[in-house]
Amino acid sequence: MGRSGLRLRLAGVWLSVVVCAAVFAPLISPQDPLAQDLFLERLPPFWIDGAEPGHPLGTDSLGRDVLSRLIHGSRIALTVAILAGLAACLAGSAVGLAAGFLGGWTDRVVGRVIDVWMSFPPVLFAILLVAVLGTGLHSVIIAIAVIDWTRFARVVRAETLGQTRMDYVASAVVAGRGRFGILAAEVLPNVLPLIVALLSLEMGIAVIVEAILSFVNLSISSDAPTWGGMIAEGRTQIHFAWWVLVFPMIALFLTVLALTQFGEGLRDRFDPVFR
Amino acid sequence: MTDALISARGVSLSLPDLNAKRWFGPGPMVEILKGIDLDLPRGEVTGIVGESGSGKSTLGRCLIRLRAPTSGRILFEGVDITHAGRAELAPHRRDLQMVFQDPMSSLNPRHRIRRIVEGPLRVNGFDDAKERAAEALDRVGLPAEVADRHPHQLSGGQRQRVGIARAVALRPKFILADEMVSGLDVSTQAGILRLLERLVSDLGLTMAFVSHDLGVVRHLCSRVAVMREGGIVEQGAVEDIFDRPRHPYTASLKEAAPLPEIDPGWIKSGAD
Repeated sequence: MGRSGLRLRLAGVWLSVVVCAAVFAPLISPQDPLAQDLFLERLPPFWIDGAEPGHPLGTDSLGRDVLSRLIHGSRIALTVAILAGLAACLAGSAVGLAAGFLGGWTDRVVGRVIDVWMSFPPVLFAILLVAVLGTGLHSVIIAIAVIDWTRFARVVRAETLGQTRMDYVASAVVAGRGRFGILAAEVLPNVLPLIVALLSLEMGIAVIVEAILSFVNLSISSDAPTWGGMIAEGRTQIHFAWWVLVFPMIALFLTVLALTQFGEGLRDRFDPVFR
Repeated sequence: MTDALISARGVSLSLPDLNAKRWFGPGPMVEILKGIDLDLPRGEVTGIVGESGSGKSTLGRCLIRLRAPTSGRILFEGVDITHAGRAELAPHRRDLQMVFQDPMSSLNPRHRIRRIVEGPLRVNGFDDAKERAAEALDRVGLPAEVADRHPHQLSGGQRQRVGIARAVALRPKFILADEMVSGLDVSTQAGILRLLERLVSDLGLTMAFVSHDLGVVRHLCSRVAVMREGGIVEQGAVEDIFDRPRHPYTASLKEAAPLPEIDPGWIKSGAD
């Protein structure tokens, strides 16, 4: 417990808020996130004079409810975080495990490919990929996985390499275990905590990348409520309606922070070796 | 030497020199082992001594085929296992066991002791792995509740006993002990050595004891091979080698070893 317990708890509380918002979005949103009402445009949040009771966090320049859009935006953010994070994690970890465990030419080829891959500027790479694949949630997820598998591959490879040199691996060879058995039963459990921590970090990054792509209008349709899209719209309104920009930024910031902290907190708490 | 359990004949090992690695083509090689002939007689403990870097641990790992030598032959009970693959080695694996120097590294930190000791038994097809593991832990003097702990929850001596239990549980014919007491403090060391002596006589084990500690080797081993720079400079019965070293290197190793002799001067000055 102590510090890591508090961290885990705070991160967990915010993540459950986001998950609940995503799951029950149609039930808890005060308004339809797409409904425009030009008579109610740029209403301020509830504590400022001129607010309307049905719009607690105000409305944007088209009169759409900010809170409802935030709540529906969490669905897209979470979908991307989970699917893109898992895809990048599975692909990158598999490659990293293979390279670190097999060594030799497999390792050399993988190392070179990662070096080349990582030398592309990631955001430009993502924009290019989405431009080729076409906009839409699935292209965003594919783009993130295609770019960020290297993040896993590199770190998992290094950790696997270190673990494979430990004597418990030699000891399993002496016991007569096969290579695949050693990888699965001896090495993997020692690399897994790292993979989990990386996964939560990657989920945070995926949320940011989705926001960036929404910001440049390359995610899903510009009408759809995404946090990045809201930030992009809010940017143009900053002098008249700051809340359109600030609330999605806070949501984005807290969610990314919670995801990274949750991963580290989990490791500290449930890893028998670190405890 | 007809009654050798394991024999090495002209065993050599060369590895690429990583410090002089070239960009293209094969780099220069370093000779780790140079044509080693060694017989490990059945039921005896053979010490393999030498300074660090002399190749004694590498030789040990070749003897149990954790590594394959570049050339030469390794015979186990007369069978050539030099180039045996995993499938051909499988029937011999339970007989060729090893206890490692650093139990912190050789015991998987994520597994409980029960799994660490039972694992090799299951791999080798023992149906009664649970009973054999419990018996092995008891035999090395560990209480039964240790089975539910993780390695980092044990003391250094207990961890080394787990390493011994894992090897002994398979009832092997041969155990390679690689510097297995050098990481332990002296009193723990003594306990482990007594345990080894008992295991060797109770189970009729043949053992190779790799160490740089001549005192321990003299105490535990009946035969000894002295290594230097990848070759064996001298081998034979432990008394012959230690009391009448023929090779100057053996004599200088002996000189370098600290002897448990008390200088009367120390006691005098301490009393003043």
